[in-house]
Amino acid sequence: MITIKNLHASIGDKEILKGINLEIKAGEIHAIMGPNGSGKSTLASVLAGREDYEVTQGEVIFNGKNLLDLAAEDRAREGLFLAFQYPVEIPGVSNINFLKTALNEIRAYHGQEEMPAKDFLALVKEKQKLVELDGKLTNRSVNEGFSGGEKKRNEIFQMAMLNPKLAVLDETDSGLDIDALRIVATGVNALKSKENAFVVITHYQRLLDYIVPDFVHILYNGQIVRSGGKELALELEAKGYDEIKKQFESLEK
Amino acid sequence: MIAEKSNTAQLIIDKISSSAEKVNFIDNDQLSKALLYLENKGIPNNKHEDYKYCNIDGIFKKEFKNIEQKLNSVTDVAQYKLKDALTLVVVNGNYSESLSDKLILNGLHLTAFSNLDKDEKKLIGSLANVESDAFIALNTAFSGTGFHLKIADNEQLQIPIHILYVSSANSEALVNPRNVIELGKNAEATIIEEQICIGTGKVFTNFLSEKFVGENAKLTSYTFQNEGKNGFSVNTNQVTISRYGKYDNTTVTLSGALVRNNHNVVLGAQNCEAHLNGLFTTKNNQLVDNHTLMDHQMPNCESNELYKGIITDKSTGVFNGKIYVRKDAQKTNAYQSSKNILLSDDATINTKPQLEIYADDVKCSHGTSTGKIDEVAVFYLNARGIGRESAKKLLLNAFAQEVINKIEVDELKDKILNLFENEL
Ligand SMILES: Nc1ncnc2c1ncn2[C@@H]1O[C@H](COP(=O)(O)OP(=O)(O)OP(=O)(O)O)[C@@H](O)[C@H]1O
Ligand SMILES: [Mg+2]
Repeated sequence: MITIKNLHASIGDKEILKGINLEIKAGEIHAIMGPNGSGKSTLASVLAGREDYEVTQGEVIFNGKNLLDLAAEDRAREGLFLAFQYPVEIPGVSNINFLKTALNEIRAYHGQEEMPAKDFLALVKEKQKLVELDGKLTNRSVNEGFSGGEKKRNEIFQMAMLNPKLAVLDETDSGLDIDALRIVATGVNALKSKENAFVVITHYQRLLDYIVPDFVHILYNGQIVRSGGKELALELEAKGYDEIKKQFESLEK
Repeated sequence: MIAEKSNTAQLIIDKISSSAEKVNFIDNDQLSKALLYLENKGIPNNKHEDYKYCNIDGIFKKEFKNIEQKLNSVTDVAQYKLKDALTLVVVNGNYSESLSDKLILNGLHLTAFSNLDKDEKKLIGSLANVESDAFIALNTAFSGTGFHLKIADNEQLQIPIHILYVSSANSEALVNPRNVIELGKNAEATIIEEQICIGTGKVFTNFLSEKFVGENAKLTSYTFQNEGKNGFSVNTNQVTISRYGKYDNTTVTLSGALVRNNHNVVLGAQNCEAHLNGLFTTKNNQLVDNHTLMDHQMPNCESNELYKGIITDKSTGVFNGKIYVRKDAQKTNAYQSSKNILLSDDATINTKPQLEIYADDVKCSHGTSTGKIDEVAVFYLNARGIGRESAKKLLLNAFAQEVINKIEVDELKDKILNLFENEL
């Protein structure tokens, strides 16, 4: 699905990603954990095509295509989805119009016709139900005045609507109450298939109780310093990052 | 400041005098004052305080060197008509009875200036002072045969009146449309004024309207300007509102080489209300200049202004909003806001709120903001597969909505929305 090789990225003079290597296959769920400021959101943003970051080295192959050559919108059209850690409010643009535009531009990219209005509305209804999103929210402006949890749920709703091949969820669990957490997880598990893959960035084991990862990676100081199975997350939950920090500091010296 | 006099006015007078019909509905005293004012003051250039960013003298010198005044006749305006409105057509400044719908509604009276009786003629020029502005003077001296539209007391029109001002010439020309609109006591009307320029020559339209909003009357007015690259215009609206009267105007300017709007509203009695909203998009070298005046003369009145501009290429937008609160105008509420998006580095916006407040118990506020398109939002849209162009469209559309949503005539709103989206 995606192969990330020796990816380096900076903002200004500051190098944030310092050689990331990661291979994700269809059907897999990967969790990325790591302390604040380690570069998790940066990795997600670089993959999604945010231009503030400069990629200085490395390559990313996404379903046979060189991802870094594509504009952000084309990455999305190729099937990459980023659920933002901080979803953006866009006053005046209705959720519905936004999604319709997104869906139809993705379809156009693949040479498909616009989705008939009736089918679109049916899809909206179906996916709304899946993530138990209040219908009123879909008619409002994108994320405007949404509560923190509603924004996160809206990200998952968008994901469900666009049905991506690879979804990167950046701390979608933070700010969610227990019910919402379960709903988001149900959404992900319902969409999960042999053809798609998920990267779940999180600080907490509790999300991983619902979305069980095949692999867990620890991102620290711009690098993946450890990878393991789902038990790695439990270990972290118990021990914290101290050991890794110490190891790293001794390496620095 | 005394503006430097230029000979442009004299040249215009010489060029159009020969072809202009003698204006017989404005009294001689006003006519001679108008000419004298023009001769003395000339056409304003950028040294004139009110025309600082809008050097019309310069534009005349550059763009209207050869006014030939060969005006086209216009025989068909069907494509511009709205389905659910009564259409009145003014061609090159003159009311065209043959192109206009018959007004057979009760309580609605339309009289061409040339047919007004002596008393009615006195209305013409009663709000627009010939000695206050060169374009009022110019219009007065060479006014086209416009009309007086009166909505009788207690009459509430159910259907909007669409006044279409068409200018057309294949070489340089100057036209001076003019009208008087009067709403009687408790009357209500919706009036759409649309300006188009359809010839191959440049036309300077110097429009003047005097609007009387009677006691407890409500005038909802829309101005739609889409004159294209050959259209140059100065549009003056002189409005006066009586007790409990309400005046709402929304002006949308989508194109025009030069568009200068002078919208002057006198809140001349207690408890009246005025709203001015504006949306303009400019590109290439266009200049759109909105000048407004809210003249609060009496207590307990409210005024509200919202102007939004989208400025691109090397074009320029101007918003100058003056709020004048006279000493008797206690308990005035006056708000003003101007918001702009600059889409290129060469685009310019000049905004100037002018508050002159002589009463002590008032609530006045103004705000302006100018920014670029929100790149964080663009990225969010891109990340959902929406391309840069559509993302920009969605965001500009969202920006414009606040003004476009003020339009309560659906057909007009849809038409403007469509044209607006094409402009982006
Ligand atoms: N625009 C920016 N300008 C300067 N520094 C930045 C910018 N964006 C990110 N950084 C820095 O890059 C580092 C990594 O940030 P990032 O947001 O990727 O961390 P994270 O792992 O997602 O953290 P968290 O768990 O808190 O979300 C941080 O030190 C951050 O301050
Ligand atoms: Mg983060």
